[in-house]
Amino acid sequence: MAAVQDGPMELDAEKEAKPEILSDGTSNLSGNTASGTLSSSPLTAAPAGGAPKMEDQQTLIAVLQFLKRNKLSESVEILRREAGLGEHQEGSQATDGSGGGKGDGDGGDANSLLSRVSITSAAAPQSMPVKSDCIINIFRCDLPFMFMLSEDQPDVSVVLSAYSQQGDPPLYQVYYSGLKNFIESVLDCHRAELSQLFYPLFVHMYLELVYNNHETEAKAFFDKFSGDQECYYQDDLHILCGLTKKEHLKGNEVLLDFRTSRFVLHISRDSYQLLKRHLQERHNNQIWNIIQEHLYIDIFDGMPRSKSQIDSMSGSLAGEAKREVNKAKVFYGLLKEPEIEVPLDDEDDEAENEEGKPKKKKTKKDSLGSKSKKQDPNAPQQNRIPLPELKDSDKLDKIMYMKESTKRIRLGPENLPSICFYTFLNAFQGLTAVDFTDDSSLLAGGFADSTVRVWSVTPKKLRKVKSAGELNVIEKESDDVLERIMDEKTASESKILHGHSGPVYGVSFSPDRNYLLSSSEDGTVRLWSLQTFTCLVGYKGHNYPVWDTHFSPFGYYFVSGGHDRVARLWATDHYQPLRIFAGHLADVTCTRFHPNSNYVATGSTDRTVRLWDVLNANCVRILTGHKGPIHSLAFSPNGKFLASGSTDGRVLLWDIGHGLMIGELKGHTDTIYALKFSRDGEILASGSMDNTVRLWDSMKAFDEVETDDFTATTGHIHLPDNSQELLLGMYHSKSTPVTHLHFTRRNLLLAAGAYNSQ
Amino acid sequence: LHTQTDLTIVKMTEREERRFAEVPRESIKLMAESSGVELSEEVAALLAEDVCYRLREATQNSSQFMRHAKRRKLSVEDLNRALRWSNTETICGYGAQDALPFRPLKEGELFFVEDREINLVELALATNIPKGCAETMVRVHVSYLDGKGNLEPQGTVPTAVQSLSEDLLKYYQQITRAILGEDPHLMKVALLDLQSNSKIAALLPYFVYVISGVKSVSHDLDQLNRLLHMVKSLVQNPYLYLGSYVRSLVSSVMYCILEPLAASINPLNDHWTLRDYAALLLSHIFWTHGDLVSGLYHQILLSLQKVLSDPVRPLCSHYGAVVGLHALGWKAVERVLYPHLPAYWANLQAVLDDYSVSNAQVKADGHKVYGAILVAVERLLKMKALSLTLAAEGSGAGLPGTTTGAVGFRENSPGLSPPPEPLSEPPLGIASHLQAGGAGCPWEEWTPVSLPAMYCELYSFFGDSLAVRFSTGPPLGGATPPGPCQPLEGRKEPASSAPNLENTRKMPQLTASMNISPRRDGSPRSPLSSSSRPGRSTSQSRDIFPKARFPLPQAGPPAFSFIIGGRQMGRRCQGRRFQTSFTPTPPLTTHPPRAYAHKLPVIGRVSKPVRRWTCSHYSLHLPL
Repeated sequence: MAAVQDGPMELDAEKEAKPEILSDGTSNLSGNTASGTLSSSPLTAAPAGGAPKMEDQQTLIAVLQFLKRNKLSESVEILRREAGLGEHQEGSQATDGSGGGKGDGDGGDANSLLSRVSITSAAAPQSMPVKSDCIINIFRCDLPFMFMLSEDQPDVSVVLSAYSQQGDPPLYQVYYSGLKNFIESVLDCHRAELSQLFYPLFVHMYLELVYNNHETEAKAFFDKFSGDQECYYQDDLHILCGLTKKEHLKGNEVLLDFRTSRFVLHISRDSYQLLKRHLQERHNNQIWNIIQEHLYIDIFDGMPRSKSQIDSMSGSLAGEAKREVNKAKVFYGLLKEPEIEVPLDDEDDEAENEEGKPKKKKTKKDSLGSKSKKQDPNAPQQNRIPLPELKDSDKLDKIMYMKESTKRIRLGPENLPSICFYTFLNAFQGLTAVDFTDDSSLLAGGFADSTVRVWSVTPKKLRKVKSAGELNVIEKESDDVLERIMDEKTASESKILHGHSGPVYGVSFSPDRNYLLSSSEDGTVRLWSLQTFTCLVGYKGHNYPVWDTHFSPFGYYFVSGGHDRVARLWATDHYQPLRIFAGHLADVTCTRFHPNSNYVATGSTDRTVRLWDVLNANCVRILTGHKGPIHSLAFSPNGKFLASGSTDGRVLLWDIGHGLMIGELKGHTDTIYALKFSRDGEILASGSMDNTVRLWDSMKAFDEVETDDFTATTGHIHLPDNSQELLLGMYHSKSTPVTHLHFTRRNLLLAAGAYNSQ
Repeated sequence: LHTQTDLTIVKMTEREERRFAEVPRESIKLMAESSGVELSEEVAALLAEDVCYRLREATQNSSQFMRHAKRRKLSVEDLNRALRWSNTETICGYGAQDALPFRPLKEGELFFVEDREINLVELALATNIPKGCAETMVRVHVSYLDGKGNLEPQGTVPTAVQSLSEDLLKYYQQITRAILGEDPHLMKVALLDLQSNSKIAALLPYFVYVISGVKSVSHDLDQLNRLLHMVKSLVQNPYLYLGSYVRSLVSSVMYCILEPLAASINPLNDHWTLRDYAALLLSHIFWTHGDLVSGLYHQILLSLQKVLSDPVRPLCSHYGAVVGLHALGWKAVERVLYPHLPAYWANLQAVLDDYSVSNAQVKADGHKVYGAILVAVERLLKMKALSLTLAAEGSGAGLPGTTTGAVGFRENSPGLSPPPEPLSEPPLGIASHLQAGGAGCPWEEWTPVSLPAMYCELYSFFGDSLAVRFSTGPPLGGATPPGPCQPLEGRKEPASSAPNLENTRKMPQLTASMNISPRRDGSPRSPLSSSSRPGRSTSQSRDIFPKARFPLPQAGPPAFSFIIGGRQMGRRCQGRRFQTSFTPTPPLTTHPPRAYAHKLPVIGRVSKPVRRWTCSHYSLHLPL
């Protein structure tokens, strides 16, 4: 049980300057669940509250009890000695533990905890593989999640049985219309707020009817009131209207999500009082019960919000985010650039050749240098997340990048980028994912036929490294050994990578261009070498389709998200995930690393965007407002802002520091699959299924937002409807949906998509 | 989205309030009956409802696969994936991209999917070329320059086989009819057009397909000839990019060269000319389009070698292999034919030694092969000597052309390689092609034989039939000559050379000053025919490199007697005397003298000279 001591040691280790990789606790997970849990728990601060220290001890005690029960007295001794626990402590803590500190009543005792997990995993019905698997995985990797889990996702029968208490079925319509009449009669300022209640109440009442086998009443209820609901809930209503049997409830994932999470509403205190008074006067217990049990009303003091304010924030599967979840501090600043000695003379030569003004260039470069030296106050500590050391080749690439960036075109409303379109021909509707390398030299495509293809978009052809036998013959000391190891015979414009057994939904190049990641329907993420063009690792863990994957901007780490509703953080040299980001109520559709690599953003079918802290796997932001599944995300280059695009054709802009929506870009008529900021962040490009690329003035969008204290604290923001002013250009392709966008280092916009002949 | 109607026979419900299709209980009952189960009304109703729900669920689940595949159209594959993930059997047979027509049946309020039966046999034996899947590729286009649209045309999407326009189809029919038809004039016009038309790229696969029909007309020399002409026209068309069709063309041509054609059963058919022509064509394709297919040269050589080393094959196939090698250039001969010669010689000699009547035809064929080999090795010697000369010249004045020179040439250093004959020794470099071939092939072990050794060995086979002469003195570099190459029987010493036998036998130093006949007399062909024997008895004053010693063909006597200095490795044997009489050559007033015809009359090229190849009056020789 040396793992126990890993806890404090690890924290020390992270303070050391030497980069150490976040792998410590996870490597031994597969072997012994209990020890794995212990070692990783310090990393993951308990989300359900309570000091981590306390929880550690409780966990220890729980394990002790487990060992005792299984008559492993020797291990008990060792553990007790190493943890420094007294015999008496154990007993008292155990009783305390069951009493409080946990979200639910019986979660504290380790015995019940363990048995509970096994019951959950064993009892989960066959029709719900996602759930049960998810639970097992979470348990295996991070026990503290259990506490959250037991709060958020109790097992199915528990959830459904909440509906067992019921009123008189025919009266449901009366209750509902009574409330409706009341809300429609209140003052305008309150009406908008209270109208938020309609949808969750409607859904819960309908499900209650269905659960209690009142099929005809349920249908009648649905037909009468479904028309009143906001149009952005149409998709959910479609699913709902098909549900008429209790048996169907069990297998339906979407509805289960609705059940297991409390629908969050933001209502001002005045409006809430109004509502409460009304319900108490009428003794409308049915509705009051639902509100108590299934809704979470976040009451705030101040002005009631307007209809447009409410509409802009609502739409997600589980209502808005609770205000407190977005209070955590996010270090959105960029990390200090490593100091690399740029061969100055070289640079000047080039500058002279180009423009004949070497002096000017020099000053510019200096300013670049000074900028990188100054520590951004909002930046995380340099070694908050251990990052891989720079290799020589990385430094060379950085120098290249700096040189290129001096030639960068400054974009703006008057100076729009040129667009190059990479059209995939004869893809037969099979192109599913595209990525460019940062230096725009390689292009990768994922295809529905399980292949990944890599193209060189420069005249330099793709070559494999020679076979081991041939490599032995090579003179290792020669200067051009890197050239010699390449097999000229294999030079070709493109290479095909075979290995997946399902459509490839996500591809991502490593920043050093040595690796390529691909995620597929077959449940794996694969790492490919771009030297040998072979598969190096298959990362298994998701077990369900993996919708997206993305490399960290510093390499080594990557994130993946899939149908199992979790995003996972991996390191390339570990076959098991380092962190699991659980919390989304539906599939994780897209994943992006923050430019400083300390955070990960995920978009989901539950119509929320979440930001996760890589250090402790905490969810630090929940961003609601989208009305459809989110399919694209992009961080601004300065790390301050996030853009997200969804199936409803809207792009939303978010301020990460305040957790606020700061802009809405309307214009696209179909799903937005690609978003990208220009290199300096002045322009946001969006690409969509509607065959257009649109350019938006992101500078203006960010500048116009007044982020005074009031809006920052309440989160109520007036969004100006200025999409048309922000739209700088709209560019059509003939019949090619835009799947990917990329700005070259000199700010030329590259777009990619598959030509659709029909 | 809420209908999955194409899965099953569905009767639309009359209930208006539902926004999705339902499977009525009648359908359920019908289906149950068809599988022999009797369902009560109640059960059917419940089942129907459940089926509806499950279908909707599957459809909803499948839509996420569509979204992630970035498509607008829900495919059957999407639904199958959703079914697979929910542990349900998938539906088969609906994977085609084409839309399935969904039809109503008027009488019964039934709807069904039209699903025609396909006759697999018909499909398999259909002669039309199926439209394949074109390769996925990426093309870049600057769509917007500084925010302004770029109107530059993007071109069309490349497809495997572009659909043909009416005009092209007509053209195709006319051309094929003209070429394969009876009218020679029409054929000429058609071939000429095929050779120069710039708009027939789309028809290329069709023409290639027609040409691949050589296998079905192997009984008809005329048709084969026409098809070969078609190949030639296609190859010469500068607007056509043959791409990988080169392979197909080559295989058709190789068929004509190597196969024991049905037409060759009848000795009256001159399939030899066809083979010669095809060999020329092969080399032409290779030298002009060989770079389109990697490893083509290697493959050709391998198949030629395979035929040559297969004793079961008829002599005409061997002949084809030899002329094929010859046409591919002297390096091919050196690599394949020359090392193989000792083994092959035994077989050939057995044929030639058999004087029985029944063997007469085979023996005649044997002479054909013999002649072809002779021509090939003579050019090999000549070119090798020439290359050595060039090598010596290239490697600096005064440096004698030693074996290092030969090695230098073999390695194909750019300064040395371009020989005077551009087609036969292309700048491509044979060596590079050979290296491109896979490892473990016999080429890797091949080591060049020095010219003197080669000459000695060849001389031991052919004796004086060899037109190219070198002195066979002690070879350079101290290497001992393989086999006996000392004074050969019947070999006359040139009177002009020094009286000392030792001196004359000395190999002339292979230096820049080396005296080589072939290039001296303007016509490279003449020395090849030097072995016509009249000189044998008369030429007391013969030079080392005889030139134009043969009498004019018109003056030739009707009968020749000559010796083939047959000599096997290690076994001395009598030079064989051939007594042949043949009909006097027809008056050749219009054509230049065909020297080869006089040398080896049995080959019988007299009656049907090949004149189709431009400027070639000597069919085994490449047009230079």
